[in-house]
Amino acid sequence: MSDTPTLQLRGVDKSFGPVHVLSAVDFTAAAGEVTALVGDNGAGKTTLVNCVGGIYQVDAGEFLVDGKPVTVHDPRNAAALGIEIVYQDLALCENLNIVQNMFLGRERRTRLGTLDENTMEKLARQTLASLSVRTVRSVRQGVASLSGGQRQTVAIAKSVLWKSKIVILDEPTAALGVAQTEQVLQLVRRLAEQGVAVILVSHNMNDVLQVADSIAVLYLGRLAAQVRRADVNQTQVVELITAGRSGELGLSPAESTGATV
Amino acid sequence: MSAQADEIVEQNDQDPAAEVEGLPALTVYTRSYLARVKGGQLGSIPAMTGLIVISAVFAVVHPGFLSAYNIEALVIQAAPIIIMAMGLIFVLLLGEIDLSAGTTGGLCAAIMAVLLLRRGAPWWLGVIAALASGVAIGLSMGWLRARIGIPSFVITLATFLAFQGATLILIGGQGSVILPGNSPLIGLENSFSPLWAGWALLAVAVAGYAAIKINDAAGRRRAALPPTPMAVIAVKVVTLAVLGALFTYVMGINRNLTSNAFFDNKAQGMPWVVLLLVLLFAVWHFVLSRTRYGRHLYAVGGNEEASRRAGIVVSRIRISVFAICSAMAAVSGIAAASLLQSVQSNAGAGNTLLLAVGAAVIGGTSLFGGHGRMIDAVLGGLVVAVIINGMSDLIQGSNSAGYEYVVTGAVLLLAAGFDAVVRRGRAT
Repeated sequence: MSDTPTLQLRGVDKSFGPVHVLSAVDFTAAAGEVTALVGDNGAGKTTLVNCVGGIYQVDAGEFLVDGKPVTVHDPRNAAALGIEIVYQDLALCENLNIVQNMFLGRERRTRLGTLDENTMEKLARQTLASLSVRTVRSVRQGVASLSGGQRQTVAIAKSVLWKSKIVILDEPTAALGVAQTEQVLQLVRRLAEQGVAVILVSHNMNDVLQVADSIAVLYLGRLAAQVRRADVNQTQVVELITAGRSGELGLSPAESTGATV
Repeated sequence: MSAQADEIVEQNDQDPAAEVEGLPALTVYTRSYLARVKGGQLGSIPAMTGLIVISAVFAVVHPGFLSAYNIEALVIQAAPIIIMAMGLIFVLLLGEIDLSAGTTGGLCAAIMAVLLLRRGAPWWLGVIAALASGVAIGLSMGWLRARIGIPSFVITLATFLAFQGATLILIGGQGSVILPGNSPLIGLENSFSPLWAGWALLAVAVAGYAAIKINDAAGRRRAALPPTPMAVIAVKVVTLAVLGALFTYVMGINRNLTSNAFFDNKAQGMPWVVLLLVLLFAVWHFVLSRTRYGRHLYAVGGNEEASRRAGIVVSRIRISVFAICSAMAAVSGIAAASLLQSVQSNAGAGNTLLLAVGAAVIGGTSLFGGHGRMIDAVLGGLVVAVIINGMSDLIQGSNSAGYEYVVTGAVLLLAAGFDAVVRRGRAT
């Protein structure tokens, strides 16, 4: 792991009118690691994700990719920086098959300008194989016939195919059963092993503790703490989420009551 | 989301492509085809079945139904419907509707006829003017839909009415404009290609189809992907060749009953409009199945939000389909004018559009967007033409037109209901 984190946010502020959703948030995500972003409802997780993805623009604060300051002003610009968000609603076309979905908007073409189906199918197979995906029977299967876990797999594989540097997974296991959750979590691990900086947004404490290397806890729009997984236990994380502090960790008692600093 | 669909398929690691392990390619192909059918992707099966069953019924009750004369009549009646349905499929793929395609076709044909007769323009200029009008109309309607955000139903209902009026104004008081008798435009639906040309067309079509399929299979083999089994390709090519040869043979029979040794005006050969149909089908099928634009049409029809996130400019796609639909409506209007050898002041009104939408839906195109192919227009159009043609022989008397409307409406409703039920099956 290099010393420069792939994604670094410093002092990010974001407000919608009079409502301060994020204030002075510092956040880092390193290549080859899974960084979990947790917090209670309304803590600002989604807003932070949307700021990184270029859907919202930050009011203040620094944004560094590979140590270089950048500005993200729209989703296309974010994609060009190698940032990919896998949304909860997945954004797959049900009437298309897996290959067609994985290459949507970036279709390969032959010299004649027609679709290069063979190259696309081969690359899709290779990508799924590199992630050791075995749950998908055929890459020419229609997405409509896939289960939730399989769809999540396709959506994640898409980001690998496009060589994204930073992949944000928004609640990837929220709608899944036990076995499927397990498969998706393994996939998340393998994604990180390929050198991607994975940001996992989740409500599920088990998932987070199982796969994360680093845990960032948001509390009322502030970053309560970003800690190494190895340094904390479940109780501490839960305390950070619910109270903003846990012993020495987290916000000061004054801050954690929501008072303005 | 069945748990069953999630079962882990055990395969050897070194070959990710080995889903065919131990099984012959034909078995794999058949299995995946059956799985698709079971999953609600029926393709052309319902339209094919319908076409065969309905034709068989009419052939039994009305002996002249399968005569060369009647088959030719069927084809030239179906042509304007098929052409319009081809255009409508683009709009339907996006889950939109163009209620004005019929009257757009009528208006474009009227523009052409008026240019020809009142301005003395050459026929090709008239055709270009009609096509250009179609494109312009489509672009405007698409712009209203995509940029202003008026539902397509309302836009095209308005233009349905307005274009009917515009045609009426253009044609004026005399009720119809008769096309010049020597014009090649009339020949489109009313004269026939030489016999050799029909067979040549068939040879080109079959050879081209076989070449494309074999080339595809070879490409897949080169890319180390499981290729389509040769047996499947052979069956498809032979089916096309046999059906095509049968049709070409029937079209080669002289249909003019009055021709004899002294009066030698035979009516034999392929109607020219068939060549136009084959050409239009080939072009649009290629666009839908092999180009990036075609892929994006399906994507936008399937999930607009996903398409936008994938970087597809949805509004541009939306405007383009209306332009294609209206241009095809213009071609359809020209074919209809050729069939009637004139443009009536009510051209394209009435049930013209309904028949074309019916053709697309019967063929298998979904009214909900995302599903549809060019072959749907051809098969569906033939089904509709067979129903109209057969009914007109079957139901006689003063109320026959009324019964025809009722039956056609019922068939459309049946097809749309089928589409809705199949779609529900797909979703789960």
